[in-house]
Amino acid sequence: MGQITLQGVQKSFGPVHIIKGADLEIADGSFVVFVGPSGCGKTTLLRLIAGLEDVTGGAILIDGRNVVDVPPAKRGLSMVFQSYALYPHMSVRGNIAFGLKMAGIAKDEINRKVEAAAATLNLTPYLDRKPRELSGGQRQRVAIGRAIVREPKAFLFDEPLSNLDAALRVQMRLEVTRLQKQLGTTAIYVTHDQVEAMTMADKIVVLNGGKIEQYGSPLELYEKPNNLFVAGFIGSPKMNFVTGELAKQQGATTIGVRPEHLKVERNGQGGWHGTVSVAEHLGSDTFLYVDAGPLGMLTARYVGELDLHPGDKVSLIPDPARIHRFDDSGKSIRA
Amino acid sequence: MATQQTQLLARTLLTPAVALLFIWMIVPLALTIYFATLHYNLLDPGSESFVGLENFRYFLTDPAFLASLQNTLVLVGSVLAITIILGVPLALLLDQQVVGLSIVRLMVIAPFFVMPTVSALVWKNLLMHPVSGLFAWIAHLFGLPAIDWFNDAPLFSVILIISWQWLPFATLILLTALQSLDEEQKEAAEMDGASAISTFIYITLPHLARPITVVILIETIFLLTVFAEIFVTTGGGPGLQTTNIAFLIYSQALIQYDVGSASAGGLVAVVLANIVAFFLVRIVGRNLEA
Repeated sequence: MGQITLQGVQKSFGPVHIIKGADLEIADGSFVVFVGPSGCGKTTLLRLIAGLEDVTGGAILIDGRNVVDVPPAKRGLSMVFQSYALYPHMSVRGNIAFGLKMAGIAKDEINRKVEAAAATLNLTPYLDRKPRELSGGQRQRVAIGRAIVREPKAFLFDEPLSNLDAALRVQMRLEVTRLQKQLGTTAIYVTHDQVEAMTMADKIVVLNGGKIEQYGSPLELYEKPNNLFVAGFIGSPKMNFVTGELAKQQGATTIGVRPEHLKVERNGQGGWHGTVSVAEHLGSDTFLYVDAGPLGMLTARYVGELDLHPGDKVSLIPDPARIHRFDDSGKSIRA
Repeated sequence: MATQQTQLLARTLLTPAVALLFIWMIVPLALTIYFATLHYNLLDPGSESFVGLENFRYFLTDPAFLASLQNTLVLVGSVLAITIILGVPLALLLDQQVVGLSIVRLMVIAPFFVMPTVSALVWKNLLMHPVSGLFAWIAHLFGLPAIDWFNDAPLFSVILIISWQWLPFATLILLTALQSLDEEQKEAAEMDGASAISTFIYITLPHLARPITVVILIETIFLLTVFAEIFVTTGGGPGLQTTNIAFLIYSQALIQYDVGSASAGGLVAVVLANIVAFFLVRIVGRNLEA
């Protein structure tokens, strides 16, 4: 079991409020990703759940029990750190076994569990090596091994993939997701990378300035963002925002259209007119940065190759069903 | 950088420095070796004559040699043990966040900046003096007889003074090492359920293995040649109780005016230092390998 509930959790360092009251319900076995820009408090929130920081106010319930006064080790959670935080003078076996050893578990049981964890993570050949003799991906796996061997109620991941190169990151992303599904253990994962968030999460928590902006499944966030911040943060390239007369016609202060929902037509009629200022040809996609005069710069995504060059005139036709409308305060207006 | 031209340039530019260092070293060494083979006594000028290895035989068979060798080893070993055993907890304390920490740190480091002669005099006359010393006064407060430190426990007193001087050095090196210990590692240990003591034994102490090695190596080099503290406090006595190799050589040369025997002693000391260094590097040096 690993059901985690946050009730009005607050954290301040002196006069600075990092977390301004977070309420959250994390179901047992789900994979929840905290995502947000740097300094939004996502890592702090994770550390509060872990017990590495004390809450200033509110309650954290794990399986219904308030744990704010419980030391980290007794909360039954395990954490994978950004730097992996492996113990450099211990072998891989020693690293994975350390938590069990501290819990005073019998030697042969420790060995059995360590070997089972190592087998799950393909670490068996490296059990007697020191962390410095391992590659980045292997170190990452040792850190995960150290987390799973304790059979925790939940895993906490603090940007664990940010030190890996791009190819390895994609591979580890899959491995972590698969492992979590296989073990069925609740996981909380912190990242600033919205692609990681979208691909791994069952549910995403978007944080900004110490507040939870939205909590929902990846597609919910993509299709029905609560506000301008979530709309701009989720999706790549970013959503286009248009204000002024055009928005007023739709009964909104700001309207937003994702680049993939803009139809590109060469010298077409209707829609929004502009001049291509940069065209990025990726083969699979073409990204167009279009100077649309009073509307500002707009980004459009065309699936496939489109033979357009800077200076070409285009018109962009938004998909009327996919226009997001926002009011004065940035909140989304739902029809 | 590795073209022939740059290599030639580098060698040319290095030559004066290397040559100067070489001369600086080789001239005294050659003279010492030369004097060690002479009968050369300052009280008997003009009578220098070649005696072969006679000075070495004389120095090595002198009962004072074995006594001073033992004193040297006891002194080095004790000071190393005291500075490390006290240095680790001190460094741990100084690594905490406390108000006024910078002042406390400064005060802890201060003894290292006091020159050996001065600190020895302070200890001898202000602290350990059996009549007017602070320790005697404290003993009187409790109705105890004062201890005459330099007569009753001369070597221990010298060890105490030298440890006081070197403790800041050990503390400082260990403190900087502690500050480089990854905070996330301690947190990982905390998540793993390690108590403060377990964290110290399994995480902090292994991390300190390398700085402790550095402290041992550097302190040994300097402690083998301790002189000022002994000269100022006990003058090597009573008897030979605080005479170490360095002081023995001094007394051969400038108390007995026997330059030949002192030179032979100096060469013996060089060999001994190398033997100690050899074993030290074998025992603790592997900690330095990355």
